[in-house]
Amino acid sequence: MQFEPVIGLEIHAQLNTKSKLFCTASTEFGQLPNTNVSPVSLGLPGALPVLNKEAVQLAIMAGIALDCEIQERSIWARKNYFYADLPKGYQISQFEHPICLGGRVHLIDLNKTVRITRIHMEEDAGKLNHQGADGIAGATSSAADLNRAGVPLIEIVSEPDIRTAQEARAYMEKVHQILTFIGVCDGDLEKGSFRCDANISVRPVGESAFGTRTEVKNLNSFRSIERAVEFEINRQISVISSGGAIVQQTMNFDDTSGETTPLRSKENAHDYRYFPDPDLQPLIVTASTIAAIKSSMPELPDAIQERYSTILALPAHDIKVYLQNRPLFDLFEASCAHLKKATPKDLSKWVVGDLNALIKESNTPITQAPQVFAELVDRCSANDVSTKMVKDLLPVLVKGTPLDDAIKAMGGGQISDQTELTTMVDAVLNEHPDVVEKIKNGKTNSANFLMGQIMKKTQGRANPDAVLALILDACKPQ
Amino acid sequence: MTTLKALANLIQTKRLGCEELIRYVLAGIASKNNDTNAFIESFNDQAISIAKQQDKAIANGETLPPFAGIPMAIKDNMCLEGEHVSCASKMLQNYRSPYTATAVLNAMGHGFVPVGRTNMDEFAMGSSNEHSFYGPVSNPWNLDAVSGGSSGGSAAAVASGLVPFSLGSDTGGSIRQPASFCGVVGLKPTYGRVSRYGLVAFASSLDQIGPFTQSVEDAAYALEAICGFDPNDSTSNAQPLGPVSSELNLESFKGKRIGVPNELMSDHIAPDVKQAIQAVLDQMAALGAHVELFDFPILDESLATYYIIAPAEASSNLSRFDGVRYGHRNTNAATLKQMIQTSRDEGFGDEVKRRIILGTYVLSSGYYDAYYGKAQQMRSVVTDTYTNAFSAYDLICTPTAPTTAFKKGAHLNDPMSMYLSDIATIPVNLAGLPALSLPCGLDANGMPIGFQMIAPWFQERELMRAAHLVESAIQFKPKHQLNIEGALNAV
Repeated sequence: MQFEPVIGLEIHAQLNTKSKLFCTASTEFGQLPNTNVSPVSLGLPGALPVLNKEAVQLAIMAGIALDCEIQERSIWARKNYFYADLPKGYQISQFEHPICLGGRVHLIDLNKTVRITRIHMEEDAGKLNHQGADGIAGATSSAADLNRAGVPLIEIVSEPDIRTAQEARAYMEKVHQILTFIGVCDGDLEKGSFRCDANISVRPVGESAFGTRTEVKNLNSFRSIERAVEFEINRQISVISSGGAIVQQTMNFDDTSGETTPLRSKENAHDYRYFPDPDLQPLIVTASTIAAIKSSMPELPDAIQERYSTILALPAHDIKVYLQNRPLFDLFEASCAHLKKATPKDLSKWVVGDLNALIKESNTPITQAPQVFAELVDRCSANDVSTKMVKDLLPVLVKGTPLDDAIKAMGGGQISDQTELTTMVDAVLNEHPDVVEKIKNGKTNSANFLMGQIMKKTQGRANPDAVLALILDACKPQ
Repeated sequence: MTTLKALANLIQTKRLGCEELIRYVLAGIASKNNDTNAFIESFNDQAISIAKQQDKAIANGETLPPFAGIPMAIKDNMCLEGEHVSCASKMLQNYRSPYTATAVLNAMGHGFVPVGRTNMDEFAMGSSNEHSFYGPVSNPWNLDAVSGGSSGGSAAAVASGLVPFSLGSDTGGSIRQPASFCGVVGLKPTYGRVSRYGLVAFASSLDQIGPFTQSVEDAAYALEAICGFDPNDSTSNAQPLGPVSSELNLESFKGKRIGVPNELMSDHIAPDVKQAIQAVLDQMAALGAHVELFDFPILDESLATYYIIAPAEASSNLSRFDGVRYGHRNTNAATLKQMIQTSRDEGFGDEVKRRIILGTYVLSSGYYDAYYGKAQQMRSVVTDTYTNAFSAYDLICTPTAPTTAFKKGAHLNDPMSMYLSDIATIPVNLAGLPALSLPCGLDANGMPIGFQMIAPWFQERELMRAAHLVESAIQFKPKHQLNIEGALNAV
C-alpha cells in the first residue's frame, strides 16, 4: 500500500524585544541564572502582568509578513499546568481568540503553498538544569533558571498541508528567513529563539480522513526537522504495514540516534483548563494601528528576490546572501541608491565579496557612509580606480576614512595617461631584457611579471589594461 | 472630630510624636490582641523606624503628609517589603515579600504607618474568619461570636480600638460582611479604583482592596489615600475620584431615589436585621428620599455564579504555590510531581482545597461550557440588572448580611449555610460596583447590624456623601475606639 504523510508544524519564535512579555525584566541571553527576573516573572504572590506593547507590534508584523488577518480583538488566556519551570502554574497564552488568523507561506523552489491556521502570542517557560542525568528522571537534583520565563513568543500553527520531510524543512527555513529578515525574531536556533513541533500522520493514498497523529517535540534545527519527520513517517508506515496501529502520543526526537521515542500518551495528556486571564484586558488593536504597521513594513524576502533577480539582475547567490544577512542587505540597498555609472551587479560583487568578509572579520558595524561604496564602484567603472585599488581601498574605507583621503594616501587615482605609462613601460622593459625576449618568443604570460613590476612602482595605480596593451605592443615578435 | 483627623491634628500640632503614637498602638496590640486574635504579627521594628524618620522630618521643619504617624493595619494578603505575608496559610508561613503593594505604598505616601498584619480566612476564602492557620478571630462585641470574614482581623482590629484604620480585601463581601458583624464602616470601592498589585490574588476579577474605619469620613480619608491608577495593574482604572472627604456634607435626600431589593427584605433576613434596616430606610425617607422596593430576582443565581467564577480563578491563582520557589515544601517527596502534591496537600487548609477542587472541576474540558461559560453569561445578566436598577435609583440599599455575627462553629461544617451569609454582598462584586457597610443598630443580643449602600460604578463620592448623612442620622455608638486620651497620657 502507498501512504501519504500529512504534516502540520507549530513554530515557536521568540520576539525580539528588550524586556519580557508581561514585565520589565530583560530578555538578554546568557546572563547568570535567575538574574533577568522580577516579581512578575518569578510568579511571586501579588504580582500582576502588564503587557509589553513592543511585543504586540512585532507579532503583528509577523502576521502581516505571513499574510494573516490581524485580529482587532484578541484574548489572553491562562494555560494551567504544573511544572518546575513554570512559575505561576499557568502560562499566559492566547487560546480561542489569537492575534492572527489565516495566512500562507509560499515555497518558491518547491512550488508549494503552506497555509497558516493562526498565530498566537504567549510567554515562554523557564529552563531546568538537571544534575546527574539528561532529564528530570534520574537526576539527583534540578535547578530552575527563570531568566527565560516570560520571554515573548509567537506560535505559528500551520495547516496540515505539508507532505514530505523536505517540505517541512523548506517551510521552517522560509518562516525563519521571513521573521529574521523583518527583525521580528533573531532566529538563533542554538539559543532556542526559533523551534518547532511537528504533528505527523500517514494515510493510504486516496484516503481523505486523517490518520492518527503523533506530535514530535522540540525540533531545534533545520536538519533535525527533516530527519525527525522522515524517521517518524517511516516508523508509522512500518507500524501500519505490519498490522499495528498508531498510538496518539507525544514523541521526543533524539538528535544522536536520529529516532523518535514516546514522551507521553494521550491518556496522560494535560487538561490545560484554558480560561480568559482576569488580570489582563482583551488586547485591542485598532484598524488604524494595523494599517500604520502595514505601511511601515520592510520589503519582504519574496518581493526582494523577485526585484533583485529581474530588475537588478543580481546573481542568485548574491540574493541568497542578502536574504540571510539583513545588515548587508541594508548596506547594499543604501549604496545602490547612489550608483551613477556602475551596475547594481558590479556593486553587489564587492558587497557580497570583500565587504562582507571585512565586516565578518572586524565583527563591528560599518561606520562609512553607504554612498562612498557606490562612488568607489562608479569610479572603478569609469576606470578612475583599478579593481586592484578597490580591493586595497575597501579595508581603509570601512574604518570610515573619506574616499579622497584614502586614494590620496595611495598616491592618487589610476594612471591611464599614455605618455606617462609608456615611459614606465619602457623603463621596465629595459630593466628586464630576458623577459622581453621570452614574450617575443610567444610566452605572453610572462607579461604578467612585467605588469607586477609596474604595479609595484605605482602602488597598483597603473591602469592594468592599458599597461598590458603597451607591453604586448612593445614585445611584438618582429 | 473623627479619629483620623484628631490623631493627625495631634501629630501636626506636635502634641504627640509619631513614635509615641506608634509605640502606644503597638503596646495596645501586644496587650490586647489575645482577646480577639485580630493580628497575626505586628511590624514593630519597621513601624518604629518609619515613625522615627517622620519625627526627625518634623523636627527638621519639613512638611509631612497629612496622616504622618497614624497607624494602620493591613490584611495578611497585602505585601509590605521585608515583612511576612502569609494569607493566614501554612503555605506562606515563612514567606517575606521583597516588594510593597501599591495600595499600601499609596497609604504610606500619605503618612500612614503599617503596624501589623491582620488575621483572615486562609487566602481570603471564608465568611467567618474560622479558616485561618492562626486560629479564628473573635468578635469584639462578643468574644464567642465570629468576626465575619474573610477580613475578620482587619474588622476586629478597628472595632476593638487597636487601630483607627485597617485595610481589607473584598471578593464577595469580605470587607462589608465583617464590618457589619463588628459594627464598623467597611468600604469596597469600584473594581479598578484601588490597585491590586501586591494583593495576593484570590479571584482576580472580583478582588478589591478597601478600608475599615469607625466613621464614613475616615473611610473617605482612607480611600483618598489608597486609590489611584496603577500602571502595574492592567485592570486599574484612571477615573478620577474627585474630592470626597472635603465635600461629604449632604443636607438632605431630597430628590434622591433609593431602591431596595424585595428579596433582601424577605424571610431570608433575620427579623432584627430587617427591622433595623427598615428603621434606617424610614429615616432616609424622613430626610426626603424616595424609598422604593423593587424586584431583584437573581440572588440565588448570583451566589451560584460566584461559586463558579471565584473558585475557577482561585484554582489558577493558587497554582503558583507549588513548593518550588517559595512557600511550604515537602522535602521527603521522591519526584517533582509528589513534591508539588504533598506540599500543596500539607500547605493548604480544607476550605482552600475545597475551592481549588471546585474551580479545577468547573474549568475542566467537557465541563467548561456548562459551568464557567454559563457563569460568565450570568455575570453579565447581574451587571445588566444593576444597570437597569440604577436607571431608576441613585442608590441601592440592603442589609449587609442576613444575620448578625453568629457563634463560632455554627456553620463550620455546613459550607452552604456559610456561603449564604454573603448573599447580599456577592452580586455587588460580580458587577464590580462600589458599596459600603455602615453600622446601623444592634440586635436583641447586642450584636451590630450593617446597612449596605451600593452606588453606580465610580460614584464613591455620591455613595459616601449619602452614607455620611445616614451616619449622622443614626448616631451609632462604637463598642471601642482608639483611646486618644490614653495616647496623650502615655507620653
